[in-house]
Parts: sequence; C-alpha cells; structure tokens
Amino acid sequence: MAPTETIHSADTPHVGLFVTCLVDLYRPSVGFAAVKLLQQAGCRVTVPQAQTCCGQPAFNNGDDRHARQLAVQVLDAFEEFDYVVGPSASCLGTIRCHYPEMFANDAALLPRIEALSAKSHELVSFLVDVLGVEAVEAGFDQRVTYHDSCSALRELGIKSQPRKLLASVSGLQLNELQGTDICCGFGGTFCVKYPEISGRMAADKVDAVEASGADTLLAGDLGCLLNLAGKMRREGKSTRVYHVAEVLANMADCKSIGEGDD
Amino acid sequence: MQPNSRHFQANAESALREPNLQSALKQLESGFVAGRQRCYDALPEFEALRDRAKEVLDHTLDNLDAYLLEYEARVLESGGLVHWASTPAEAREIVIRICRDAEAKTVIRGKSMIGEEIGINDALEASGFEVTETDLGEYILQLGKEPPSHIVAPAIHKTKDEISDLFLEHHRDLGFTQRQTERSALVNEARQVLREKFLAADVGMTGANFLIAETGSNVIVTNEGNGDLSSTLPRVQIVTAAIDKVVPTLEDASLLLRLLGRSATGQEITAYTTFTTGPRRERDADGPGEYHVVLIDNHRSEMLGSELRPMLRCIRCGACMNHCPVYGRVGGHAYGWVYPGPMGSVLTPLMVGLDEAGHLPNACTLNGRCETVCPVKIPLPRLLRSLRSRQHLQRQNSSLARIALALWSWVALRPRLYQLLTRPAMALLSRLGARNGGFKRMPLASGWTRVRDLPAPQGSTFQARWQQQQRERK
Repeated sequence: MAPTETIHSADTPHVGLFVTCLVDLYRPSVGFAAVKLLQQAGCRVTVPQAQTCCGQPAFNNGDDRHARQLAVQVLDAFEEFDYVVGPSASCLGTIRCHYPEMFANDAALLPRIEALSAKSHELVSFLVDVLGVEAVEAGFDQRVTYHDSCSALRELGIKSQPRKLLASVSGLQLNELQGTDICCGFGGTFCVKYPEISGRMAADKVDAVEASGADTLLAGDLGCLLNLAGKMRREGKSTRVYHVAEVLANMADCKSIGEGDD
Repeated sequence: MQPNSRHFQANAESALREPNLQSALKQLESGFVAGRQRCYDALPEFEALRDRAKEVLDHTLDNLDAYLLEYEARVLESGGLVHWASTPAEAREIVIRICRDAEAKTVIRGKSMIGEEIGINDALEASGFEVTETDLGEYILQLGKEPPSHIVAPAIHKTKDEISDLFLEHHRDLGFTQRQTERSALVNEARQVLREKFLAADVGMTGANFLIAETGSNVIVTNEGNGDLSSTLPRVQIVTAAIDKVVPTLEDASLLLRLLGRSATGQEITAYTTFTTGPRRERDADGPGEYHVVLIDNHRSEMLGSELRPMLRCIRCGACMNHCPVYGRVGGHAYGWVYPGPMGSVLTPLMVGLDEAGHLPNACTLNGRCETVCPVKIPLPRLLRSLRSRQHLQRQNSSLARIALALWSWVALRPRLYQLLTRPAMALLSRLGARNGGFKRMPLASGWTRVRDLPAPQGSTFQARWQQQQRERK
C-alpha cells in the first residue's frame, strides 16, 4: 500500500499526487513531469497506490452512487496530505467543484469532503498560485500554441498561469489560438456518444491550431490532447502534441502524443 | 408542434452536412457572441446586474403564488381578464373560445415562444381562423411551414435566396410579381403585405417578456415594432404567458431589460419596448376593447418543486445557444422541438418527456460556456447533469453505456485489480501501436475511431513505473 510517511515538516508541503487515470494509462511521462515540477518547487511528493479514477465519468453520466463511492476512495487515499495535486483541470475540477455537490446532503462526510476539495489543485495553477513559482528551468525551441480546457478556464479560473510559466521556457514562442474559450469536442463520453458532432468540433480546433502557425500544441488536460492528437493524425497533420507539464519539466524529449516510430 | 427530439442524432448528422445552415451558424460568433462581449465590456456593472437579477428572480420564484395573484388582481382592476391553463391543450381551448366569443375571423401574432410551445397557430387554423405571424422571421417560417431554429432569431437558418423564393411564391397573387433579392426590398415587401393584415385583424396575440405584478402590465421587446401594432390595433388582445414571466415591480423589469438586449443580440436595448396594461380606457385614443391574459403552467410548477427550479429564472435571451458549441454546429432544428440549445435541453425533457428527449441532456460536453454568459446565472451544466441522473435512475440511458461505465467503476473501486488489469493491457496496446503511434480502428471504440485516430499509449502504466523506480531507490 501507500508508502506511509509522517506528514508536515514546517516548510515542505507534502503533496499527494493524483496521477489521473488517463495519465496513468496513457502517458506516464506526464506523471513524472508533475513529480519533477513539484519537487523542484520544494514539495515532498507521495503517490498513493490506492488511487484510480476521480469518478467524473460516473458523475457526468448520472451514476451518482458510483461517483460517490469513487470520491470516498479518493478521500481515504488523499486526506492525509497537505495538498492534492494532479496534471488535469478536469479531474481536479471534479474534486474541487463537484465533490461538495455530490455530498451536499451527507452531513457526516461533507466536512471531510470540503476540506479535501479546498486543498486540491490542478498542477500548473498550484505551482503558480499556491507555491508562487515564477519561472521554470526548461528549453523548448518551438512555436507552440496553448489550448485551454473548459474545466481549467471555467471551473478553476486557469488561464494566465500556464502562460506565465511557458513564457519562462527558453526558445519557446507562444502563438495564441483563436476561439480559445470554445470546447474541443472531447467532453468525456460525449465524444463517443456523438462522434460526428465531436469530430466537427475537433476539426474546427485543428483548423485554429493550424491557423496559429504553431508546430506544437500544448494543453493541460489529456482528454483534450488525445482528442486533438487523434484528429490531427486522422487529418494527416504534422503538428506535435504534448502535455504542458512535459514542456515545463523539460521532459518533452519523448515522442509526442500519437507519434509513431517512422 | 410534434416533438422530434428522439432523432437528435440523425437530425444533427444531416445538419452537419447542410452547407447553408453551416454558413449561417458560423455567423453566430462574429454576430451575437461578439455583440454581447462588446456590451459586456462597455458596462462595468454587468456582473453586479447578473447577481441582482438572480436574487430578484429567486425571490420571485420563492413567492410565485403571491406575485401571480397580485398580477391577476391588477389586471382585473385595469379591466382585463386572466385565464389559468395547466396544459397546452387548456391554453389552446381558452384562446379559441375567446376568438369565437369575439366573432373573430383573423388573428395576428407577435412572435412568442410560448405560442410555439402550446402550438397555437395550428390549433387556430384548424378551428377556421386565419393566423398571420407579424415578426419578420416568424412570418418567413410561417410561409415555409417550418418551426423556428432559434428563440430570438427564429429564421437564422434561412438564406436570403430561400426567402426571395418564398416571397415570390406567396406574394405573387398579392401583386408582387418581381423576385426581390435586396435585403431592404424584401423587408419592404413584407411590410406592405403585413400592414394590410394588421389593419384587418380582429384579434392580436402577443407573448410576454415580463408580467409586472405591481401594475398588471405586460412587457414585450421587439426590433420591428410589430408587437406594438399587434397589441394596439385589433379590437381584442390576448397575451399568452408562462407563469414564470411575472416579476414584482417595474424596477425589477427594468433591471432585467438591461440584461436582456445585451445578452441576446448585443443591443443595449431593443428598438421597441412595449408596456401594455388592460384594455382601452375611455380617454385613450386607441387600444383593444378586450384584454385577456392566458397564464400557462405546462410543467413549470413541477419544476418549481424540484432541483430544476433555477431554470425558471430563464428570460429567453438565447445567449446560451449562441455560445453553445453543439448548437453552433447543428443548429436549432436538430433538437426537435420548440426550445433548442442548452436551455432547450433542460426544458424539452420536462415538457415533452425524458423518453422522447433523452438525447438532449447528453448532447452536451458540459463545457460550461453557457453558464458563464447566462444573464441570470442558471447553472445549465448542473441541471443537464441532474437530468442525466434521472435517466440513470429510471434506466432510460443506453444500456451499453451503463454497462461499460458500471464495469469501469467496479474496476476503479478495486485499485489492486485495476493495476493488475491495466498494466498488461496498456503494454499490449502500446506494443501494437508503437510503430504507427496510433490506431485507425479499435474494437469497442468505434465511436472514437469513426472520426479520429486513437493515439497509442506510451507503454507500462505510471503506477507500474513509479513503483519500480521506488523499489530501485531503496
């Protein structure tokens, strides 16, 4: 089970890394990038093993019972830490904004859930807003564009934070996307329930990426990134796709999302 | 109007292949969305107004019975009559009875969504009345026998060419034998045709943007002035309005009016804002001899008593659909009933049934852009999610999705099993996809691969690598 260590040394925040299931399954390098960024910023990082999914798929599909069970699993695994941090606004938005909604009528659990929500943060906003990180040690010699995920923008108010840190990456040029407040069409199970609509939304976003003149697309949510990388591959585009944490941690030397050996 | 929401999927797919519709929808961002943003930027108290509007409307809904009775009392004092209808059928019967009692032959209508909701035009025509829509957009749709595709701009999906053809076809017998192609010429032709209808009409019908409890007044906003003519020229006026249209005071109405035009069309205020109170008094130069208000429930009191109550704050500005990425791709007709977009996806299931409209709460990415622009702060994503919970509890959602998600949750609730299953699965998937970097097809994931490739995963899971790394460190 989870390496249990005593918590709280006065000025070293102890962070429980919520890896998120998509990063765990699809792109472990994002998890390692998150660990590196957190450690560089002076955190002690623990990865509880009893973590899987935050419950958002169940919650968004009306399966409140399973959503609550998964929330309790997260609560049990993470409430001992000073902070819960993860490389996804979508999952951390669920913990921060929706867990209290799920337990609104559960007087016994609500205080614990609210305490958990209050100390849960998306990775980049945690670095900037909570730890006061101003710059990172990284280089990325590319023209990039940044896709704001809807949960980052509207649930967690994250917009300037990734841009601030990206501005400190040497060699990186940021070309802003037109229509950056418009959804890319992922939407969790939406993208498989309504593929034609989702596909059109992704295609429009891919057009916007192309129009930005960027060679690389970055974002902070793997759901959006898999959707857009998949659409770009389908349309034969050569734009490379990375999670923003990989670039900020100077770990974007691996293959980009959906990139083959050829 | 017969609902056709059951076929949302097919409706949406054909809408995506309709070039005229697609080019019309592309104008939303540069038109309504940009217009609202300009208004927002120019009004420093916009956010404060939203908060205040929410408060006023929540207070009104908490005391809806009292304000409705106050409104009714003021209407009676002003010489008008109030009729209460629980269902669309009752509302239609009341309207038809009023028209018959007045020995009317012709009815003119100012645009109103409640009229569409209760299907008043078809009912009046079936009872032998001649009905004319006087809002230009609605008039075009009446000629084309189509439902509206937007609650503010009902004919937003029609091109100028299509309108030219419609006018030539229907106005030729009235002496308009030239096919007009200029926007202003088309408007002028419609104005001439409609002017005769206004002057000849026995009954004028309008909806209500607001009903004011303290004065018994009805407020409508238009940009064409047709609402004024519809409510003052005919000898009988009928206002059809839903029970959630009442606000306590004139002051409250002016607060909401400041938000309505800005949120809807990017106008500080519409060209016409019309207040009518009761029938013509002795000293009045004009106005109707009879003034009727039909107050319609149609499931709103059920909403009042449920978690969906915030939906009753809606002031029908259409900002949610203007900003909705799904509406912006498929247009209003795909939703299959009167109200499209996010607000329609909440209302339609409640009014026509969750079994008919089951797609609508699901056809949403929960991106939340609608909520951020809603002038009365309706938490639309939360309401759509709560309809999904109802569907789940009533087992009305797709069984395949239910099983897949239940299986996922079951595994995710067992972290050891989850790790045991996912490690080899992701390793295999990674090996298969390594050369190409992704998959064009994948069994059980055709929804994904129909429109995009499935990128290959990196390899072993994070947890597996992390644990290995921790062991090596020790």
